[in-house]
Amino acid sequence: MSNLYQKRKLTDKIFKGVFLVFIILALVVLAALIFDIFSKGFVMMDLDFFTRFDSRFPEKAGIKAGLFGTLYVIGLMIPITFITGTATAIYLEEYAPKNKLTNLIKLNIANLAGIPSIIYGMLGLGVFVRTLGLGRSVLAGSLTLSLLVLPVVIVSAQEALRSVPKSLRNASYGLGANHWQTVYKVVLPSALPSIMTGFILAISRAIGETAPLIMMGALTFVMFTPQGIMDSFTVMPIQIFNWTSLPKSEYELVAASGSVLLLLILFALNGLATFIRYKFSRD
Amino acid sequence: MSTKENVLEIKNLNFYYDDFQALNDINMDVKKNKVTALIGPSGCGKSTFLRTINRMNDLIEGSRVEGQVVFDGDDIYSGNIDVVRLRKRIGMVFQQPNPFPKSVFDNVAYGPKVHGVKDKAEIEELVIESLKGAALFDEVKDRLDSSALGLSGGQQQRLCIARALAVKPEVLLMDEPASALDPVATAKIEDLIEELKEKYSIVIVTHSMQQAARVSDETGFFLMGDLIEFDKTDKIFENPANQKTEDYITGRFG
Amino acid sequence: MKKNKESSWYAVLFDRKIRHMNSKSSSNKWVNYVLLLATLISVFTTVGIIVILVTDSIHFFAEVSIIDFLTGLKWNPLIEPNKSYGVLPLVGGTMMITLGSALIAIPVGLGSAIYLTEYSSRRFRKIIKPIMEILAGVPTVVYGYFALTFITPKILKPIFPEIQTFNALSASIAVGIMILPMVISLSEDALNSVPDSIRQGAYAMGSTRFEVASRVMVPSALSGIISSFILAISRAIGETMIVAIAAGMRPQLTANFLKPVQTMTGYIVQVSLGDTPVGSLEYYTIFAVGLLLFLMTLALNIISHWILMKYREVYH
Repeated sequence: MSNLYQKRKLTDKIFKGVFLVFIILALVVLAALIFDIFSKGFVMMDLDFFTRFDSRFPEKAGIKAGLFGTLYVIGLMIPITFITGTATAIYLEEYAPKNKLTNLIKLNIANLAGIPSIIYGMLGLGVFVRTLGLGRSVLAGSLTLSLLVLPVVIVSAQEALRSVPKSLRNASYGLGANHWQTVYKVVLPSALPSIMTGFILAISRAIGETAPLIMMGALTFVMFTPQGIMDSFTVMPIQIFNWTSLPKSEYELVAASGSVLLLLILFALNGLATFIRYKFSRD
Repeated sequence: MSTKENVLEIKNLNFYYDDFQALNDINMDVKKNKVTALIGPSGCGKSTFLRTINRMNDLIEGSRVEGQVVFDGDDIYSGNIDVVRLRKRIGMVFQQPNPFPKSVFDNVAYGPKVHGVKDKAEIEELVIESLKGAALFDEVKDRLDSSALGLSGGQQQRLCIARALAVKPEVLLMDEPASALDPVATAKIEDLIEELKEKYSIVIVTHSMQQAARVSDETGFFLMGDLIEFDKTDKIFENPANQKTEDYITGRFG
Repeated sequence: MKKNKESSWYAVLFDRKIRHMNSKSSSNKWVNYVLLLATLISVFTTVGIIVILVTDSIHFFAEVSIIDFLTGLKWNPLIEPNKSYGVLPLVGGTMMITLGSALIAIPVGLGSAIYLTEYSSRRFRKIIKPIMEILAGVPTVVYGYFALTFITPKILKPIFPEIQTFNALSASIAVGIMILPMVISLSEDALNSVPDSIRQGAYAMGSTRFEVASRVMVPSALSGIISSFILAISRAIGETMIVAIAAGMRPQLTANFLKPVQTMTGYIVQVSLGDTPVGSLEYYTIFAVGLLLFLMTLALNIISHWILMKYREVYH
């Protein structure tokens, strides 16, 4: 009988080891990725990297165009996405009648979250660039990225609204406030930190997006920064992609530099979202 | 197998959840083939105490045990005890029925299978025997393959008892087994306990003093982590030695 | 199970009455419409996607038959002579990458989720969680770069000297790593949603942790776990930049992971980067491939949702 127990314990121990190795493997890969990119990235990075445009000479190549392009596109995208996403979430959680149509809309949004990003690029190309005649502009890019991350923003904002305790709402109604006042003055402020956290994570996803912008015509070799929202543009990930595809091996280091910058920005955003989450979870 | 009349001897047991001490220096002897009841107001530590007997508290991070729980000559908290084997010999039934989301048959067969019974006929025999032992067989014999979640609350609880019996334990721990059930189902469980004590030693936590008085042979009264009094049930309920026990029995608090 | 006072029947009725009363007031009607307008954007997004894909695909299928498209074994729409429009090499490439990444992400993901829920301490989980979030936040260009400049030369070449610079294997590995956090997080959620009482019951029977995990927890969370696998696979199918960078631009039907392949997404990007004139047949190939891609991921997402709805275990 004890032989069986030995076997069972051994099986338990073996699988514990295997599963732990799995997790360690994931950590090791991440460490290798960060180490590899950061070690290559700092070789050619100096202050000029941020102030120079792309160049045929790798030593002279800089990320200025992509940096400004990203700032413009994301900067324009932030208010558009935040307002639309939060408004949709408020409607679905607070105002929509509980019927089949509303369920269909919710199902649709869940579905949109799973559609590949390149398809959104096609949408942007067809609707914003061509049909609405916006051309390959910052505006078209912002709108495309907005549609891409909107489902994620909506779903997380819905969850944030749902987790506001009923007692808070009832207190407001009890004082004589109407529905909109309650939503605007009580529910929304209470849910805001969670909404912000989800929103920041969605924005950091948008910053790293490449395929949809390539599809709708963001350029790859750009020697200028956008001056207005109707200008053409490039973004950091596209520049990185471009450098990765070039044959000259020094560009590999330049691509690493771009990646380092991109990763640092994303880490900072991630940290901000986590900070907000912790700071406001004490309430 | 000892010929002593005690199946469990708890000696100087202290229990901590992180910094909070939940049990203070408990000493108790649990007799073989008897029903021992544990009573006391909510939060007094009786469930925690029950869980130290089969080391279920090990699952809680930050829990710490001092003292001894002696079962079959060994302190179960000493280094050389295999907790998996221990829980085969000391079974547990929980307050809320918790059948696995499997069929009735598979629920009862789980224990034997996990502990090495491979022969299909033997498993089937064990399942039927256990279901009969839990007074459930007649009600489920035509639906052994249906989901256990489809049974009523009382049936689910008897299923959990059958499941525990299938591994042929020596001790059965029951944590308020009838508190989630209606009076009819509760009565069935109490009758079952009366039958089961012929083969098993039972320790039952209950918040109902009437239940303790009805089914148990010995009773322990817990209050705020202390074992205030432990004696034959008749003595506890008719002539308690401690004033606090008498106050609780007569309903002055709790 | 303690009943939450806020979900008791009178609170629900109260809430409904307030909602009813308030929706009648005029200022709220206005708010209602504005918010509804915002919501309709999500509807128009779907409509827009379908319209664009279908109308532009129609231009394609006016010249190439659907049968040839779906069953043809050669994909060469851009280079004269012998242009052919059989999409199977692209589908094959996508399937290879998806299969390779799934073989990595599914076992590693489920195993990690089991470790996190049954074996690990609270402290361990606290450390691992943010690391998983970092892994999930790495942009796909960076993964593609990593695959091309590190995985292929430094890891794969020593093992398979005959491997080419662009190959399906390194892209599969990178995509597998990319979808790993998703599998772990969703499987963990599924495992955690099994009531703890069932878990305790299993331990009380004298089971080892592995037995509890494999015989009770995973079967009890199966619909959520399977759904997470399907969603991860759907994500792998739609992945673009990693394959564009590391898998190559050669659409060929092969089972050899050491060779370059082109996926549906990789092809679409390739054309977008080039000078294909708007309105030409080559231009419309993007939308035909895109439509196929859309239908595939849509089907998987629907199946995943259906599994969750139909088979979700209901606990009292």
